[in-house]
Amino acid sequence: MNLTEKQEEIIQEFEVFDDWMEKYEYIIDLGKDLPKIDDANKTEDRLIEGCQSRVWLDSHFNDGKMHFTADSDAIITKGIIGLLIRVLDGEEPKDIATADLFFISKIGLQEHLSPTRANGLLGMVKRLKLEAIKHISAA
Amino acid sequence: MSNLEQKPFNVREIREEFPALRQQVYGKNLIYFDNGATSQKPKLVLDAINLFYSKENANIHRGVHYLSQRATTDYEAARQRIQRYLGARKSEEIIFTKGTTDSINLVAFSYGSTLSAGDEILISAMEHHSNIVPWQMLCERQGCILKVAPINQRGELIMDEFDKLLSKKTKLVAITHISNTLGTVNPIKEIIQKAHAVGSKVLIDGAQSIQHMRINVKELDCDFYVFSSHKVFGPTGIGVLYGKEELLDRMPPYQGGGDMIARVTFERTTYNELPFKFEAGTPHIAGGICLGKAFEFLESVDMEAAERHERELAKYAEDMLDTFEGLQIIGEAKNKTSVVSFSIKGIHPFDIGTLLDKQGIAVRTGHHCTQPLMDFYGIPGTVRASFAFYNTKQEIDTFVEAVERSLSMLK
Repeated sequence: MNLTEKQEEIIQEFEVFDDWMEKYEYIIDLGKDLPKIDDANKTEDRLIEGCQSRVWLDSHFNDGKMHFTADSDAIITKGIIGLLIRVLDGEEPKDIATADLFFISKIGLQEHLSPTRANGLLGMVKRLKLEAIKHISAA
Repeated sequence: MSNLEQKPFNVREIREEFPALRQQVYGKNLIYFDNGATSQKPKLVLDAINLFYSKENANIHRGVHYLSQRATTDYEAARQRIQRYLGARKSEEIIFTKGTTDSINLVAFSYGSTLSAGDEILISAMEHHSNIVPWQMLCERQGCILKVAPINQRGELIMDEFDKLLSKKTKLVAITHISNTLGTVNPIKEIIQKAHAVGSKVLIDGAQSIQHMRINVKELDCDFYVFSSHKVFGPTGIGVLYGKEELLDRMPPYQGGGDMIARVTFERTTYNELPFKFEAGTPHIAGGICLGKAFEFLESVDMEAAERHERELAKYAEDMLDTFEGLQIIGEAKNKTSVVSFSIKGIHPFDIGTLLDKQGIAVRTGHHCTQPLMDFYGIPGTVRASFAFYNTKQEIDTFVEAVERSLSMLK
């Protein structure tokens, strides 16, 4: 599945929900299932400080593809991280750098990626892309 | 000169005056519990905003034409209404600013410029960033020293410690009347008396008190009292600095520009009288006039009954929230107003705030611009429900159910 197909799959999954609370129930479950980053690895260089919640991002480059692990102190933020990673993990740096993450607004979560939300997610997407760009230039 | 008659306190009638309360968000009736951040506006204010820009808009103080004179009269009448409401001696003591933050910066810059290295500013551990940072900046400029009076776990000032920090070196005590995060009502009358006894001036941050209780600056005898219009049912972008005339007279201007001058030549400029000395440039004319309307509205409210109602709401909410496992009320002062801040073990405030929002309930989450206070409690933030006199017990019932539902999802 490519980046676009993965996003369309998520959009479809969200179509079954009737209201906001169901949607958030699902996001919270995703957050609970997401692998954690060990406290020892929650270092300053991995931290993306939001005004409200904080995000830690760890990335690796392997066999031409990017791999990400991320965590947050807020579970809803973490659930949304789970969705972002599902879309971007295992993709090539050039595709990540230019990715249009259209699924976020399609499933009604654009507020979480707005600059005023201050939950660290916008910063995380920016850092994901910068990490990817680093590996394009290195290649 | 009140135009509206004061009526017996009736929540349902008061709610009728606030159109913003009658709307749905995400398909739910809006419950607005973010009054500590900003209040909704009564029709009297909304109509006045519309009227001003529809029919009365003109610049003030220098115009020879009809509209300008009318706007000037209304703007100055608003100043006088605020003066009477606050019990100030003269309308010259009411300076229009952009808001609480601007008022504090004005004092920090202007009164602050008269201070010397080694002079002390005394604040408390529960201050909003806007009553911390301007003083830190002043200390950097002038070599003054910032002292911080500590609080206890309940969120009350430790008066013995306050007394110890107060000395002949103290030139200003800058303290909040009511904590925006904890709801603590500080004993400002006692603080003012004690500060005056050592020759210090006192600035009261009234951002969270003017909308909850009658304030009389003459009785309090504070030197400065500051607040924002938007938290007291008026428009955003305007606020007030009350200062004693003799003090304001001695203070140098804050910003230069039009309106604040008496005579300008390239060699030397003389300054206008109070209050205009501190009001450079075209002010927020509609804001000033409509803040006057907000006070006209307040004059029609029995504020003692309103305050009792608000405190009842807070008590009612706290008693119910207290039954939730792991929930801790942050701020348990004996004397507190209608702010209910809480944190829940293992759950981030942001998550609760997001879920409450989707259930139609507006609360504030985070550090509430009081990071040192959050550090004191060792938490990243709280969920804060802050009530106004238009809120009801039924709304709190719905809120508590929504908290319960949110917790069941998050645990």
